[in-house]
Amino acid sequence: MKRPSAHDTEVAIRPARRPLFGDVNLGDRLAQSGGALIAGIVVVILAALVLQMIQASTPAFSKFGLGFLFSSKWDPVKDDYGALPFLYGTVVSSIGALIIAVPVAFGVAIFLSELAPSWLRGPVGFTIELLAAIPSVVYGLWGIFVLKPFMAEYVGPVLKSTLGWLPLFQGPYDGLGMLTGALILSIMILPTIASISRDVLRAAPPTLREGALALGATRWEAIRYAVLPNVRSGLVGAVLLGLGRALGETMAITMVIGNKVDISASLFEKSSTMASQIANQYSEASDMQLAALTEIALVLFAVTLLFNVGARILVWRTGRMPGGGRSA
Amino acid sequence: MSAPEAPPVAPSSALPRQATGVDRRRAFVDKLARGACVAATVLAIVPLVAVLIYVAAKGIGSLSLDFLTNTPAPMGEVGGGIKNAIIGTLLLVGIASLIGIPIGVITGIYLAELGRYSKFAQAVRFSADILGGVPSIVIGVFVYTAIVLHWGYSAMAGSVSLAIIMLPTVIRTTEEMLKLVPDALREAALALGVPRWKAISSIVVRTALPGIATGVMLAVARIAGETAPLLFTAFGNDAVSTSLTKPIGSLPQMIFTHSTSADAEWHRQAAAGALVLVILILVLNIGARVFIRRRG
Repeated sequence: MKRPSAHDTEVAIRPARRPLFGDVNLGDRLAQSGGALIAGIVVVILAALVLQMIQASTPAFSKFGLGFLFSSKWDPVKDDYGALPFLYGTVVSSIGALIIAVPVAFGVAIFLSELAPSWLRGPVGFTIELLAAIPSVVYGLWGIFVLKPFMAEYVGPVLKSTLGWLPLFQGPYDGLGMLTGALILSIMILPTIASISRDVLRAAPPTLREGALALGATRWEAIRYAVLPNVRSGLVGAVLLGLGRALGETMAITMVIGNKVDISASLFEKSSTMASQIANQYSEASDMQLAALTEIALVLFAVTLLFNVGARILVWRTGRMPGGGRSA
Repeated sequence: MSAPEAPPVAPSSALPRQATGVDRRRAFVDKLARGACVAATVLAIVPLVAVLIYVAAKGIGSLSLDFLTNTPAPMGEVGGGIKNAIIGTLLLVGIASLIGIPIGVITGIYLAELGRYSKFAQAVRFSADILGGVPSIVIGVFVYTAIVLHWGYSAMAGSVSLAIIMLPTVIRTTEEMLKLVPDALREAALALGVPRWKAISSIVVRTALPGIATGVMLAVARIAGETAPLLFTAFGNDAVSTSLTKPIGSLPQMIFTHSTSADAEWHRQAAAGALVLVILILVLNIGARVFIRRRG
C-alpha cells in the first residue's frame, strides 16, 4: 500500500550508516544536552537570587510598603525601618567618587591609547589593572591607618579654611565620613573606568585620528575633535560601569564612612551606604530587621542592574561602530 | 594678523610658514593637555604604590613563622597568628574553585561552540552578564537567605557565595578565548571526520587553554580577597577548622575584624595578614600574565 519513492531508499540506506550500537552522533548529542544543562545553572542561580530575596524581604515590604524608600527611621527597638539614609549615602558617595575618578581615569585612558610610547603601554596598563586586583578590605585597612589621619590633618583643615562657607564642609571632621568614603571609592573604580575607556578609544577607527592629523591638527586636537565625539557613548558606558561598581562596593567604604544612620549635607559628616549597613548588621539581625536589610539588598541589586545594563548597551554600541575594529 | 607675504594658498611650499599667535596657543594647549594626561596617569598609580608600601612596611615586622602557624591570641595579648585564617582562605577558595571553574568553563564552551546564537545561549549570556554586575554583598545576602537560614553558618555557604562570584568571570573569559580560535582549526577537524565534541575538546579547547587558564587564575585571585559575603556566610572562626559544615575563618575577614578593633597589636596583625593576602593575590595575577605571555 506504500508508494515506492526515493524516500524509501533513503530509509533503507540509513541502518548501514548508523549501526544500532555506537551511534556516531551520540557523543555530540550528549555534549549538546549536557552543555545546555550546565549552562542553565547560571540562569537558575539568577532566578533563585531574585525570587529568594523577594521572598525574604516580603515581611518588610508588606509592613512598610513603598514608604520604606522614603523613611529615614532605623529603629531596631520599635522595629521601624526605612532605607532613605542609606540610599542617600550610596548615591552621594558614588557621585562624589565619580567626580574625583572620571577626569583622572579619562586622562589615563587617553595616555594609554593615544600618547604613550608602545613600550610603556603594557607595563602602565598592567599597573592600573593591579590597582583593581588589590582587595577592597586592604584598601579599607589603608584607609583607616593612612588616609584617615591624612584627611583629618591636612585635607580637612585646608577645605575648611578655603571652602568652609559651603554647606558641604561643615562640622568637625576626624577623617572618617562621606568625603573619605568617596575618595576611597574613587580609587577603587578608577581602574574600571580607565581600562574600559582605553578599550573604547582603541576601538575608534584609526582613520579619524589620522585624518585630523593629516589636516594639521595637533595630537590633542585630533583626540578632542575627531576621536572623542565619536566614542562619547562608549565613554559614558565606562563611567556607568564604574558607577555600578561604586554603588555595590562594600568593605573599604564600610571601614571609612563612619557608619552613622544620618542624612547630612556636610561631606565631613559620618554616614552609611546600603552596602555598609548590610555588612554591619546582617549577621546580627533577625525577623523584621533581617527582612528590611534584605529589602535594601534587593533595592541595591535593582539599582546596579539598571546602571550595568545601560552601560553595556552603550559600550556595545561603540564597539559596533562602522569602520571600527582595532581589537580591544 | 599674519605677515603680508604669507601666501593665501599652498602653505606646503618649501618655505616654513611663520608661526602665528594662534599656532603658539594651539601648541601650548596641546602640550598642556598631554601633560595633564601624563599627570593623571602618575596620580592614578600613587594609591597603588602607597597601599603596597604601607602594607609591606607595617606588616613585615609582625610576619614570622609563629604568626603563620599559630591561632589567634585573645585581644590584648601579644602574639598569636593567622593559621586558622590561612587554612580557611585556602579551603574556601579551593572549594569555590572546584564548584565554579568546571561549571564556568563548560558554560563558556557551550556558549562559544554549541549554543552560539540560540535563544537559550543568549539567555545564559545575559544572565551571566547580569550576575557579574551584582555586588558581592548581595550575593552574600542571597546565600544567607538560601543556605544559612536553613543550615547555619558554614564553610560550604562561604564557598558557594565565592563560586557564584567567580562564575561570570570564568564564563566570559572562556567564551572570549574560544572565539579567538580560528575557524580553520574547527573546519579542518570536522573535515577529517572527527565528531564535533572531540574537535571541540581536543582541538579548540586545547588551543585556547592558556588564555582560559589565565582568566581562571584572575578569577581565583579576585575571590581570594573577597570579604563582604563571607561576613554572614562563613562567619569566621578563631580555631582551625576544615569542616565544611562549620563556620570558618579567612584572611580578608581577619583583616576586617582586626583593623576595626581598638587594639594596637591587632592593628599590626591586620597589616601582616594583608601582606600575606596581597602577596598571594599578586602572585596569582603576575603568574597569570607570565603564563599567557609564555604559552599564549
